[in-house]
Amino acid sequence: MNLLQTIEAETLAARTRETVDVRPGDTVRVHVRITEAGKSRIQIFEGTVIRIKRGGPRSTFTVRKISSGVGVERVFPSCSPNVTKIEVTARHKVRRAKLHFLRNRRGKAARLKPIIDFKRKK
Amino acid sequence: MANESKGLLARKLGMTQIFEEDGTIHGVTVLEVGPNTVLQVKTDEGKDGYNAVQLGFDSAKPSRLTKAELGHLAKSGNAEKPPRFVRELRLSKADASSYEVGQTITAADIFESGARIDVTGISKGKGYAGVMKRWNMKGFIRSHGTHEFFRHGGSIGTRLTPGMVLSGKKMSGQMGNEQKTIQNLQIVRMDAERNLLFVKGGVPGPNGAYIAVRQAVKA
Repeated sequence: MNLLQTIEAETLAARTRETVDVRPGDTVRVHVRITEAGKSRIQIFEGTVIRIKRGGPRSTFTVRKISSGVGVERVFPSCSPNVTKIEVTARHKVRRAKLHFLRNRRGKAARLKPIIDFKRKK
Repeated sequence: MANESKGLLARKLGMTQIFEEDGTIHGVTVLEVGPNTVLQVKTDEGKDGYNAVQLGFDSAKPSRLTKAELGHLAKSGNAEKPPRFVRELRLSKADASSYEVGQTITAADIFESGARIDVTGISKGKGYAGVMKRWNMKGFIRSHGTHEFFRHGGSIGTRLTPGMVLSGKKMSGQMGNEQKTIQNLQIVRMDAERNLLFVKGGVPGPNGAYIAVRQAVKA
């Protein structure tokens, strides 16, 4: 392991939130710390993980949801201290790593087939 | 004005991201700065006629060096453990005379977190590059009868006046593999124990390249 890899491993280890197994197609509740006017609070962003970009501490994941009829996507850096917690509420059967096709689908067509006992599998 | 501020020789390790408490992300280049050994101090009073300090960084096998090089290193007591990268930094008279031959300098002696630095290195070579890559010219449209002229830069001159191509005209040629200095990079974080600087933004050269890091002139 070279020095740069050591540094990246340290950044990864310095992450305060607990490690969660997140996969594309998961429905997640992301707890985001928001600081405004000097005060900080936790906001929850709930949606489907449509993309995970892997790169150690540089990893990000994209969560998509439909908010009042408009599709909203948010990219979260996995190691950001502002991402305080991730809850996986449902897992779906998907056959690809990037679910960009969901963007072109609306309503019923945008459904994914759930894996019913995903929590027991572990 | 030439940079006459203090500096060190370093190695570019590569780029990564670091996070601050409030969630701010910095894209940083990690530099392994020092420890450097002072091999020679030059002053304008001596036979050299200018003020500079010669530094050595990293280590090489003594068998890889010439006898001349080893002889020079022996003067500063470095012939057993010769440095691999040797460079000179021009300094002001006061700074140059503050160094002693054989002295070891580390990053903490010169730099501090939050300070600005200038980084000099050899940029990545791109070879003989055309005008589109080298000067960001637009080239030509692909349709409407264009032939054999897709990546050209267009006309290079005018007519009888001035009757020649103006010197300095941007044309194709060697791109990269030249000395470049990036000024005013910010030190976001410093690791004095391991001699690491986390510098915001990019630095010339490939990962593993030797570079010179100095306090910023325009800071």
